[in-house]
Amino acid sequence: MLILRSLRRSKVGALLISVQIALTLAILCNSLSALQQQLQDMTRPTGIDEANIWTLRNQWIGAPEDLQARILTDLAALRSVPGVVGAAATNAYPLGGDAWTTGVGLNPNQRVSTASTAVYIVDEHAMAAFGLKLAEGRWFKAGEIGAARDDETKFPATVIITRSLAHALFPNTDALGQVVYFGRSQPARVVGIVEHAQTPFASQTSWHVRIDDASFFPYQYVSNDMTYVVRTEPGRLAAVMMMAQARLFQITAQRVVTSARTFAETRHGAYTSERKSSIVLGVVCGLLLVVTALGVVGLTMYWVSQRRRYIGMRRALGARRSDIARYFHLENLLIAGTGVAVGVVLGLGGNVLLASDLALTRMSAGFICAAAGIVLGLSQLAVIWPAMRAASIPPATAIRGR
Amino acid sequence: MMLGYHLELAIRSLRRNLVLTALVVAAVGVGIGTSMTELAVMRAMLGNPVSDKALRLVVPQIDVWGPDSRSTDRGADLELPDQLTYRDAMAFMRARKGVRQTAMYGIGPDVTPDHGKSFPTSGRATYTDFFTMFEAPFREGAAWSEADDAQRARVVVLSFRLADRVFPHTHPVGRMLRLDGREFRVVGVLAPWQLMPRVYDMSQSALRDAEDLYLPFSTAIDLQMTQFGHNSCHSPAPRGWEGHLNSECVWIQFWAELPNAGAIGAFHQYLLDYATDQRATGRFHWAPLVQTHNAREWIALRKVVPDAVKLSTLIAFGFLAVCLVNAVGLMLASFSSRATELGVRRALGASRWSIFQQCMTETVLLGVLGGALGLGLTAIGQAGERALDPGDSPVTRLLYSLDAGMVLITAAVAVVATVCAGLYPTWRASRVQPGLQLKTD
Repeated sequence: MLILRSLRRSKVGALLISVQIALTLAILCNSLSALQQQLQDMTRPTGIDEANIWTLRNQWIGAPEDLQARILTDLAALRSVPGVVGAAATNAYPLGGDAWTTGVGLNPNQRVSTASTAVYIVDEHAMAAFGLKLAEGRWFKAGEIGAARDDETKFPATVIITRSLAHALFPNTDALGQVVYFGRSQPARVVGIVEHAQTPFASQTSWHVRIDDASFFPYQYVSNDMTYVVRTEPGRLAAVMMMAQARLFQITAQRVVTSARTFAETRHGAYTSERKSSIVLGVVCGLLLVVTALGVVGLTMYWVSQRRRYIGMRRALGARRSDIARYFHLENLLIAGTGVAVGVVLGLGGNVLLASDLALTRMSAGFICAAAGIVLGLSQLAVIWPAMRAASIPPATAIRGR
Repeated sequence: MMLGYHLELAIRSLRRNLVLTALVVAAVGVGIGTSMTELAVMRAMLGNPVSDKALRLVVPQIDVWGPDSRSTDRGADLELPDQLTYRDAMAFMRARKGVRQTAMYGIGPDVTPDHGKSFPTSGRATYTDFFTMFEAPFREGAAWSEADDAQRARVVVLSFRLADRVFPHTHPVGRMLRLDGREFRVVGVLAPWQLMPRVYDMSQSALRDAEDLYLPFSTAIDLQMTQFGHNSCHSPAPRGWEGHLNSECVWIQFWAELPNAGAIGAFHQYLLDYATDQRATGRFHWAPLVQTHNAREWIALRKVVPDAVKLSTLIAFGFLAVCLVNAVGLMLASFSSRATELGVRRALGASRWSIFQQCMTETVLLGVLGGALGLGLTAIGQAGERALDPGDSPVTRLLYSLDAGMVLITAAVAVVATVCAGLYPTWRASRVQPGLQLKTD
């Protein structure tokens, strides 16, 4: 009761702290939620053997006619390097950025596709080269690998899809052995299901392809701008990268090899904007907590100095030091609690708006409770020093005037 | 006169209350620094390239795939293909409905220098009008001629970066450059140039670096130079280069420069007539649907600013609000600790208005100091963000730069925000009772 009465005398100060706490909580929970989402994106596994994979992009100078033969020669050379587990030529790879996408449906000439998928064009060696885990069925056999030039659009008779895509297409039945239709009318039988393989995209993009909905087409990809994916034995990545490139240039120096890099480097590059944004959010959250804590310290100190005589009087009338300190903690709890209540509403409202506008995920109740706990705890911590100062005011202050 | 007196009083009291002054300045400064760092990025991304022509440069969209290609039947803006097929682009080039026009696509030829290894570049196949339309400045030489466009001449315009890399210490104009194993004659070198966003081709990303080199569209088509960009097909394309050119795949950007903004109606009518004509010849089996956008509308339609940047800007401004609430509390404390002094001034005959002015001068001064600190912190924040960005590209340099406009905005926001925060404390200070304060001491 005492607290309420004294609060009425410093309405504005209490209001300022409440507003600050409310804003802080609203901002904090939304930033932390975004931060959590970015961290999740940055660390989500792609389903390939990331630790032992490197890639390079190859172009031959001029426009050679015998592309397919050259690619096969290159691949054989890569596989002959000691320490190489597998090598494959492909149009795309997880987190690589460049992608082919197409619609896939359950009936021919379906007006709107059931799902969209990113396509990896791969041969019989690709499972070993990518280090994929097969969940059901089989991988492609050498006999079913055709050739696909980069300037033609072809759909195969057999296809391997990820479990995620299988579930999107056949939520209630086993996708293995089913027929799906690519590009409106081309039937393909699902011969295998891969446990997990991320699309070339780093995060959910606006390309209408869900991030794990990938398909594998059994073709030898033929292009003068293609990617080799090479997997090595553990620990031999660096050595193999050097030797393999040297061997490629031995075959012919009339080529341009770009972005020869480990998968770790690919991942680092793919999540540049997420990493940057999460650092910015982290720094702003840190500053926010510091500023709010300082604000609470400042205003409480001000109150303590305003109420010196009153505190002295209470001490003279028998209040213990701990009573005084507890008083300030309770007062703060009341003010900050009001702020937190408002902040929860503000934060949730903001989250709904941001979720619809900026593709932010909705926060869980537990999440916002945790953020509220952080803010309340911080506010209590900030009061410790001013409360101690208040408690140390001697009873004699009551009669000493100012 | 009065202002000088108030300023003197303000400085004196700010110096006396050094801790509180420092805290207010720090609160305002940190808030301003954080929010302005993010605002600068957003402002750079939402730049207004070719501003004097933004209403006259137009991009056509045409419904080549029909209503079956869309999930809804209404042709919402971005549901029409955002690029053109080769044959439509060529038809528009022949029609010459603008003062200038250009079709174009991204290429990635390899450069083989006289000494050293070949390396890949980014390039653009376009028409000579491109340079005038998008105001690309030349350091040396000039664009190729219309005759070069017609004759598929092997000529090339270089960026200053590529020119300095391949032809250091010499004049590149007139020299030969080996591209994908073929000789091209250098006719011009651009001065540093970067559009933000890169409005003429935003098909992959709106924030891309300007290209390393430019060569005639007809030459690139003739040499079957592979496209480096976004190619979108609704149905499988026929085989080979000819098949690609005749397909309904969209991969070409097209821009027309109109004599004035009003001419867009006539241009739109031409497009509609063209689409109607295509239907009559049996190519389209649906009601003709076309759209025309000027450069400004086109930028607004594309989501140029990534969600992550919008979010961090929003959060940074929320943080500024918290800092300002904080500053209100600090100023309240600062003014009320000086109630006695203000009471004395009132008792000596100063009006409320005069006290208000005095406190307001102090507030503005705090805003200026906070703004100065904020500006410094913005520079530090930008250096930090640039350090997080790999590589040093023209785009990142533009994203994290503090131009005169940004300095003005920072100063204005700092002062206005501080004055807003100081209004209530100042008003309360000016309400001080002259007698009361004298009595208590």
